[in-house]
Amino acid sequence: MSTVQTKRPWVGVLAWLVALVIFFPIFWMLMTGFKTEADAVATPSLFFTPTLESYVEVQGRADYPKHALNSIVVSFGSTLFALLLAIPAAYSMAFLPTKRTKGTLLWMLSTKMLPPVGVLMPIYLLSRDLGLLDTRTGLIIIYTMMNLPIVVWMLYTFFKDLPRDILEAGRMDGASTFQEVTLLLMPLSLPGIASTGLLSIILSWNEAFWSLNLTASNAAPLTAYIASFSSPEGLFWAKLSAASTMAIAPILIFGWMTQKQMVRGLTFGAVK
Amino acid sequence: MRTRASGRTVGGLRSLSLQAPAVTLLLLWMLVPLGMTLWFSFQHYNLLMPGDPSFVGLENYRYLFTDPSLWRAMGNTLVMVGWILVISVGGGTLLAVLFQQEFRGRGIARVLAISPFFVMPTVSALIWKNMMMHPSNGVLAWLMESLGLPAIDWFSWIPMTSVVIIVSWQWLPFALLILLTAIQSLDDDQVEAARMDGAGPVAIFRFITLPHLKRAISVVIMIEMIFLLTIFAEIYVTTSGGPGLATTNLAFLIYIQALLDFDVGMASAGGVVAIILANIVAIFLVRAVARNLEE
Repeated sequence: MSTVQTKRPWVGVLAWLVALVIFFPIFWMLMTGFKTEADAVATPSLFFTPTLESYVEVQGRADYPKHALNSIVVSFGSTLFALLLAIPAAYSMAFLPTKRTKGTLLWMLSTKMLPPVGVLMPIYLLSRDLGLLDTRTGLIIIYTMMNLPIVVWMLYTFFKDLPRDILEAGRMDGASTFQEVTLLLMPLSLPGIASTGLLSIILSWNEAFWSLNLTASNAAPLTAYIASFSSPEGLFWAKLSAASTMAIAPILIFGWMTQKQMVRGLTFGAVK
Repeated sequence: MRTRASGRTVGGLRSLSLQAPAVTLLLLWMLVPLGMTLWFSFQHYNLLMPGDPSFVGLENYRYLFTDPSLWRAMGNTLVMVGWILVISVGGGTLLAVLFQQEFRGRGIARVLAISPFFVMPTVSALIWKNMMMHPSNGVLAWLMESLGLPAIDWFSWIPMTSVVIIVSWQWLPFALLILLTAIQSLDDDQVEAARMDGAGPVAIFRFITLPHLKRAISVVIMIEMIFLLTIFAEIYVTTSGGPGLATTNLAFLIYIQALLDFDVGMASAGGVVAIILANIVAIFLVRAVARNLEE
């Protein structure tokens, strides 16, 4: 796989240097979370007495667990609905293509191009009138629709790579469409479905336009909760760092796990 | 003959019913808000003012286009998108080549370098705003002082540059992630042959790597453009569009009109402008993907 035969040690040094510089802010946040508030604003130093004070305090304040739960419910809920809607659609597009399939796929992609801010007012007013402002249900609906095109596309590219004969054989044996999907397609493409689900969770977890604009103290997920630390009422860097670390750690790990498959979803199959 | 024809219809019906839920919901999700935005944009409609909305034709648009803040915001949007694209795509391409080389711990170094992409925008903006760019306690201030230079008050002196740095930090890893994947399919033999013929690394990059990455780079540019046209959270938690209008982009201007001034009509007219801009970019992206679908 390597394109370099000659050993050039400076390449490794340079690459590591770049990687560390890019990662530094995350590393620094990690460190700051284990400092006292006084140490956090003192002259930057790697040498300090680590403490779990900030973690305990952030966890102890009733609001952190509540907002973390909001993030979990909203991102898993929306991902579940998106998968339920997308699996049958992607199945039919991959295995029962018609003349319209390509057009439908491209149209789905184009709905993703609608900038959220362009429909801020209607979505805000609709949510208000339907009583969905500052509710998890409201965010789940929005995130489901927001990620549906990406989920359909990504599943479609995974399904297309499956051997058709197996499903064909299942159909010959008299399997219904439902059986074909649940007993053959889903087990066979489980890794693909899993990484699609993970991408959808990551995108919902990190979404910050709708969460900032449509939620307040009740349904705010972590993106919006963390934003409340920006208020100028003093510097709480250690607590900010502890809360941020807990907020990004699971997603960072999901991201590391699925980085390769994710490229398909993020580029609508244009880069594999 | 007949069976085949009927088989196709049955298949068509079946695929229709399987796609119907997803397609119907997406259609509603697209058309209803779009229709409402368009409708509101022709209305005099302010939530803070008494009275029913009334039809005012193109009044909102006229007001919007004669408002200097729209042009300022458009200019800011262009500057932001332009610089972030140059930094993230340019940097991402070079780093993709660098991280493609073989070195010790390559896997870990790659993971570290793409990590910022997975950090939620409000967290990355606040890490930078506080721990990195704080004018007296930030790491960068400390770094400048240790070098004997005066510390920079980032968000007051160079607010646009600061926002560009933060957002680029998030999107360069995205470009790197995509381009690293694309570069894997580069033909080693071709590179080796070129090397044998005496081509230097610059020539190999220019004539082999870059053409190979052309399509992936254009896809990255278009996807980033769509997201970058409406940067919001990073501005919301750092500068709030200021000082003055220095970092107000189109998305933030619409937000101000919508949820601070509650001027539905104006915000919707701004929304229509944003949708049109995004769609101009989108047409190219859809074309590129469609071409890929043919293959």
